[in-house]
Amino acid sequence: MSVLVYTENWDGKFKKLSFELVSYASKIAEMTGTSVTTVTIGDMADDELKTLGRYGAEKVICIKNDNLSVLDNRNYATVLAQVAQSEGSKVIIVANNNRGKAIAPMLSVKLKAAIGAGVSQLPLSINPFTVYKRTFSGSSFAHVVLKTDVKIITLAQNSFDIIESNRDVKIEKIDVQIDVPKTQVKDVQKQTGKLLLTDAEIVVSGGRGMKSPDNWGPLVELADLLGAATACSRPVSDEGWRPHEEHTGQTGKIIAPNLYITVGISGATQHIAGVSGSKYIVAINNDKSAPIFEVAQYGLVGDAQKVLPKLVEAVKEIKGK
Amino acid sequence: MKILVCISHVPDTTTKVKFVDGDTKLDTTGIQWVINPWDELSLTRALELKDDPSTGVKSVTVAHVGGAGSEPTIRKALAIGADDAIRVNAEPADAYFVAAQLAEVAKKEQFDIIMCGIESSDYNGSTVGGMLAEFLNIPSVSAVSSLKIENGQAVIVREIDGGKETLTVPVPFVAIVQKGIAKEPRIAAMRGIMMARTKPIKLYEPIAIEPLTEYVKFELPKPRAACKFVDPENPKQLIELLQNETKLI
Repeated sequence: MSVLVYTENWDGKFKKLSFELVSYASKIAEMTGTSVTTVTIGDMADDELKTLGRYGAEKVICIKNDNLSVLDNRNYATVLAQVAQSEGSKVIIVANNNRGKAIAPMLSVKLKAAIGAGVSQLPLSINPFTVYKRTFSGSSFAHVVLKTDVKIITLAQNSFDIIESNRDVKIEKIDVQIDVPKTQVKDVQKQTGKLLLTDAEIVVSGGRGMKSPDNWGPLVELADLLGAATACSRPVSDEGWRPHEEHTGQTGKIIAPNLYITVGISGATQHIAGVSGSKYIVAINNDKSAPIFEVAQYGLVGDAQKVLPKLVEAVKEIKGK
Repeated sequence: MKILVCISHVPDTTTKVKFVDGDTKLDTTGIQWVINPWDELSLTRALELKDDPSTGVKSVTVAHVGGAGSEPTIRKALAIGADDAIRVNAEPADAYFVAAQLAEVAKKEQFDIIMCGIESSDYNGSTVGGMLAEFLNIPSVSAVSSLKIENGQAVIVREIDGGKETLTVPVPFVAIVQKGIAKEPRIAAMRGIMMARTKPIKLYEPIAIEPLTEYVKFELPKPRAACKFVDPENPKQLIELLQNETKLI
């Protein structure tokens, strides 16, 4: 019996996301009277593995095998299913990110385990096991009963605060028998030197109201000063003013930063669907009837080109730059 | 090469949803149903591949799990250009149920590439494609933003958290596609709409599968506090508010 967490690592390091997952799992372990086991795949140093104890992990499993060096969804699901079975895990937690979404459904079929996908809170009850998740792209939420003995939760990013609860960790490094992956990676293009949109606490996002791709300078400067990532609305990425990776909204990236600052975004339903999980939304738009002001907590009715330089100055002043 | 595109039928994405029966069911009154946006992009890409003779794609079939009421959505897919369609005659109980039904169809009909949208805009599960591949014991590739066929081999770009990977995988496989797979969804032309009327929709009866989940209640998001407006002549006030009230700056 344990709550099993798949903690992804990035070149041997964990990220805030991993700590959110383990913190969340610790609370579920408390609710169900069990402990937390984590599993990660790759070559990792003991010191890094031990950090998970800070968030409540009692056992940390690290699997290393050359056939797992690329993400082959079936291989990963096979390995996680084996660990879940040998640990007798009744609840399995993965992130609702690209990797989690790739693995969880296969794991579900292998273990005949119900999935609560994109869950954003602790379970509402343990018996029946009821989770809370967004539906209709954020315009509603649902209570979903997971009816099977083993349950899988994919946890929405940035939906659970990190909780420290120091535990002694037992580290177990194991190898597994696994087939050569069918997925053959030929080329990897990593986004380097840039804060990832899905990891950012603050995001500054521009829309059509920015008027031209040449006007992005002050927006990027503001983001840099705030330690924020940059994003954009769909028309902006469709026009090629900004790269597709920056498109937030229903069909782009779904993000939930603490602070989402929009500049020249009117707030179409599809855009709001991708950002409604943000803790605070700021709207800067010259149309005071724009729907973005209905979801924003802070608003400024004004022209982006005039306002942005002044905001940059104000932040510089505050930060003493 | 044969492509199967799995389509789901969802309320138009601008719908203000409401619930009935003690907030247990979607109020379908007045809802405009559409093809799930990601499935529409999948279908567009599948048709682009078929248009190019060098790919060897001979046919594009759409499959859908739903009652007779969803036929207009299937006809729309046929009007856009799919060659034929399959409907599994059952209400889609949950993702596991839908994936199991689609797997039965795929086993009987044999496809080389199966395409699924990365999520549906109604239940936002992101699970059917992966489940389907596992039921079929074939590979899946998720977050696919480009799919090409070069010398009979599928070349795929997938988004990873923090970048992109180009990869190959042998057929048959399931491609779980996201934004980028096609530029704009293809729109049905008048000729397509006329032709769709006579294209075949094959009916399958469902197999017995117990759903693993149950949606017991829906709720609307809590209203956010009213927006605090700052003086447009003094944007500095905005930064001060964010600093003092949110403590994030």
